[in-house]
Amino acid sequence: MTGILFLIPIAIGLGLLGLVGFFWSLKSGQFDDMDGAALRILIDDDGPGDD
Amino acid sequence: MASGIAAARVNFTAKRVSISHLPETTIPEIQRAIAKLGFESQPIADNLVAPTGEDSRELLKAMAVSGFAMMNIMLLSVSVWSGAEGGTRDLFHWISALIALPTIAYSGRPFFRSAWAALRHGRTNMDVPISIGVTLATALSLFETFTGGAHAYFDGAVMLLFFLLTGRWLDSVMRDRARDGVTALLKNRAAGALVITTDGSSEWLASDKLKTDMVMLVAAGERLAADGEIVKGASRFDLSLLTGESAPAAMAIGDTVHAGTLNLDGPVEVRITAAGATTALADIARLMEDAAQSKSRYVRVADRAARYYAPAVHTLALSSFVGWMLMGAGWHQSLLIAVAVLIITCPCALGLAVPAAQIVAAGVLMKKGILVKDGSALERLAEVDRALFDKTGTLTMGQPEPVNLGELSAEQKSVALALARASRHPLSQGLRRALEREGVKAVALDHLEEIPGEGVKALWGLQEVRLGRTDAGEAGASLGVSLDVGDASATVLRFEDAMRPAAEATIEQLAKLGIESSIASGDRAEAVAPVARALGLTAQTGMQPQDKLDTIARLASGGQKVLMIGDGLNDGPALAAGYASLAPASASDAGQNAADAVFLGDSLAPVAQAVEVARATQRIVRQNFALAIGYNVIAVPLAIMGLVTPLIAALAMSGSSLIVVGNAIRLKAITK
Repeated sequence: MTGILFLIPIAIGLGLLGLVGFFWSLKSGQFDDMDGAALRILIDDDGPGDD
Repeated sequence: MASGIAAARVNFTAKRVSISHLPETTIPEIQRAIAKLGFESQPIADNLVAPTGEDSRELLKAMAVSGFAMMNIMLLSVSVWSGAEGGTRDLFHWISALIALPTIAYSGRPFFRSAWAALRHGRTNMDVPISIGVTLATALSLFETFTGGAHAYFDGAVMLLFFLLTGRWLDSVMRDRARDGVTALLKNRAAGALVITTDGSSEWLASDKLKTDMVMLVAAGERLAADGEIVKGASRFDLSLLTGESAPAAMAIGDTVHAGTLNLDGPVEVRITAAGATTALADIARLMEDAAQSKSRYVRVADRAARYYAPAVHTLALSSFVGWMLMGAGWHQSLLIAVAVLIITCPCALGLAVPAAQIVAAGVLMKKGILVKDGSALERLAEVDRALFDKTGTLTMGQPEPVNLGELSAEQKSVALALARASRHPLSQGLRRALEREGVKAVALDHLEEIPGEGVKALWGLQEVRLGRTDAGEAGASLGVSLDVGDASATVLRFEDAMRPAAEATIEQLAKLGIESSIASGDRAEAVAPVARALGLTAQTGMQPQDKLDTIARLASGGQKVLMIGDGLNDGPALAAGYASLAPASASDAGQNAADAVFLGDSLAPVAQAVEVARATQRIVRQNFALAIGYNVIAVPLAIMGLVTPLIAALAMSGSSLIVVGNAIRLKAITK
């Protein structure tokens, strides 16, 4: 019984952490350009074409 | 990077680039800079940049919260169902209540709001039984929790919200995706004009900054941004987008030209007589607004079902409550049973049945190159039984194609391609496209030079070559260009507005689907006749936008549901008034805005495909309704008999939802 008292808050807390993480990523625009991120990784930031 | 540009970032999903630039950098300069990189670009009008997807985002948040809550409550419920008793059960109920109450308050808002709006107007919709069911179930579960009772429905109530929010969110995502797609297509062709200022220099102004009495310089191949009168130069104008007429009209000093028409030949100076809201375009826009109102009266399938569903559900729940009371069961048990009935009958499957099928259909259609704007458009597309086609730009390509390329030698073709590539003139572009399709390779030319209004000339080795205007007689609707190579006699290339590929097959396919087609064109009878003959259709010609509206109204009063397919500005009102409407991606902005769906590519085949997929979707939706009703027929008697525990309710709800979603996914296989 005492185990439950620890485990349930931990379980709910972890779930909440995930939910907060999702809200944060939604708000910070992580989902705005799903295709762009995959392509932008290929851009060489310090390449010679950059000025 | 071009000077004046501070930053640029591409959004690949929306196919858009946002650029921060200095105020003195003009849009044409930016477009040129992008063109240098090898990309074509079009400015997006201000009113289209409005952020989309706000609704979806809110729904997604609500869905995430209810999903999180559902999983945690379910975890606790499973232990209650598997035999937790006494203090443990009460503790679990209390924790469930703590999670469920804020969740329902947050995630239930979309339903409560819509139900309240409906009730206030004395109507009822799908959200009314949902709201009542969720509220009653929560209130009763709370009572159970306080009194240490055995059955709490927190899991059922939250699960219901989660499934329904999933349905709502799918519906909303579908609308956003299509709207983004259409916005990306809107080319906003004449977003402004080059205006000659008093000191003789020229300045590029956006179309909303244009004023009367300004003089704008319109180059060949440009669309006019305002109505005006030609004060210098002469040219021919393509009016097809405005009137549907395919033959270009020759205009000279003193003639009136309208916004939206395309200057074909040479540069002209136009003194603006009307700009912005006072142009001939604005009249069409007003007609369109009026016509669009008839469409908003359409009631979605799900709401139609809810009209019968909601009263039935409430009667059932109420009568089981009264029934058990009369049998002496006590108000507590009677209420428990009534809530079980409400939870079981809540339109969980119904709420998912329609959006799940429609989002799958929208995905299928998008792969075929058809962007449907929303679910209601799909429903209306499925019901049409009459098709009206515009001619110019819809049945035909709306752009000139050379018809006698066969008369050219391989050598002439290579020279012609090299010359045509150098010009933005619509005829050159048409010639270039046709030659590139044949796989012709261009020769290398020297001293390439374009003379506005005359043509392109160059040196090919030692011979002078020229592609340009011809003085030879032009018959009917066809345009001509002469190609001179050296001293040999000139060849005259004739251009015509070619029929879209698969036009004939599409008309046949529509007939097979029981849809009769005809042509409603603004063009002259002589120009429409060959197309009508080739397709075996009857045609009305010389129609004004108002005439097209009247035709649709007449057909509609005869009980027919008209599918309007058109592209021009002149089709805008008709597209808005049609029971359903389609526009090609080459259509005017107004046309694309007014249409329910836009199809990409040259072929007309998507018209029939859209109707086919829409009908298949409607069949799936009906099957899903049948499944949901069948589930209720089995589950409701059990609930009324008092046999439904929270465990059975949870199983029944998720089971029926999975079945309708699975059935919706079947659409992918059917419509392949």
